[in-house]
Amino acid sequence: MITGTPKPIDEILEMLEPYDNIILAGCFGCVTVCRVGGDKEVQILASTIRLAREARGKKIDIKEVCLERQCDPEYLEPMRPYVEDYQAVLSIACGAGIQFLAEKFTRTPLLPGINTGFLGVTERQGEWTERCQGCGDCVLHLTGGICPVTRCAKSIFHGPCGGSVQGKCEVDKEVQCGWQLIIDRLVALDQMDNYVKLKPYKGWDSSRDGGPRRILREDMI
Amino acid sequence: MLLKAFEKGADGVMVIGCLEGDCHYVNGNIRARARVERVYQILDQIGIGPDRIRMYNLSAGEGAKFAAFTNEFVEQIENFGPSPINLARAGQPMEPAQEEEQT
Repeated sequence: MITGTPKPIDEILEMLEPYDNIILAGCFGCVTVCRVGGDKEVQILASTIRLAREARGKKIDIKEVCLERQCDPEYLEPMRPYVEDYQAVLSIACGAGIQFLAEKFTRTPLLPGINTGFLGVTERQGEWTERCQGCGDCVLHLTGGICPVTRCAKSIFHGPCGGSVQGKCEVDKEVQCGWQLIIDRLVALDQMDNYVKLKPYKGWDSSRDGGPRRILREDMI
Repeated sequence: MLLKAFEKGADGVMVIGCLEGDCHYVNGNIRARARVERVYQILDQIGIGPDRIRMYNLSAGEGAKFAAFTNEFVEQIENFGPSPINLARAGQPMEPAQEEEQT
């Protein structure tokens, strides 16, 4: 899922300073699962903003909504009839959802209520960790199902670097060395031949280096 | 719900959970404490005052203790006076200097 963290309330209040009626829009997608932008978070943030503003004598009217997904156009349309009745939209979806809202509703300022994080997994309730950087050229079949791009701080492709000590990464003693994890897994799977195979250089042209990416599926159009 | 209470004009909110280790919902009271802690931080950040919310753990058989905790909490809130929300509604909104003092 796409993860995120709430923006500090002071930052949100500063963004909202010019406005006295807004829509606060959540999303039932990834940000609901990682407890940062779903229906419940909409209610908590709306109450927080109303309390902060009213205590300062500057009341704000907030319409609370939670869309099925902010990254699909059909789920944005229900907002169209009323979006221009409000001065701004504060979205607590991921950066993709917020931008899509901004593209669809061009006459209304869009404000981000969260900082979008990474593609990750739920370790346990309240803890999420990164697994994928969307490089566009997956090698998990060669690396025991552990991603060297994400799990290695340097995203290197030829085994642990000199900063790997007792299975930990030099960037943080709490972080496991991605390549140590890969080698341990390959040994366990009896697939160390994958490690010694010469591999062509990784093509990063499918990653971020070529600017914003696009997927076009002719069979789906 | 806790923040709604303040929106509806509460000057303080007491949350009572089961005794730790004795919750029908196993760890429901521990999770509730974490949620109360979050609201405590929110109230602190927005200048309402964190000490206007407090969680206690009591069993259903501790009526006298409940009364004592309630009296203690009510006295604490009375000493703080009306919440900044109620002051604003009475025409005395929080000033920037007051805000700093609160936070």
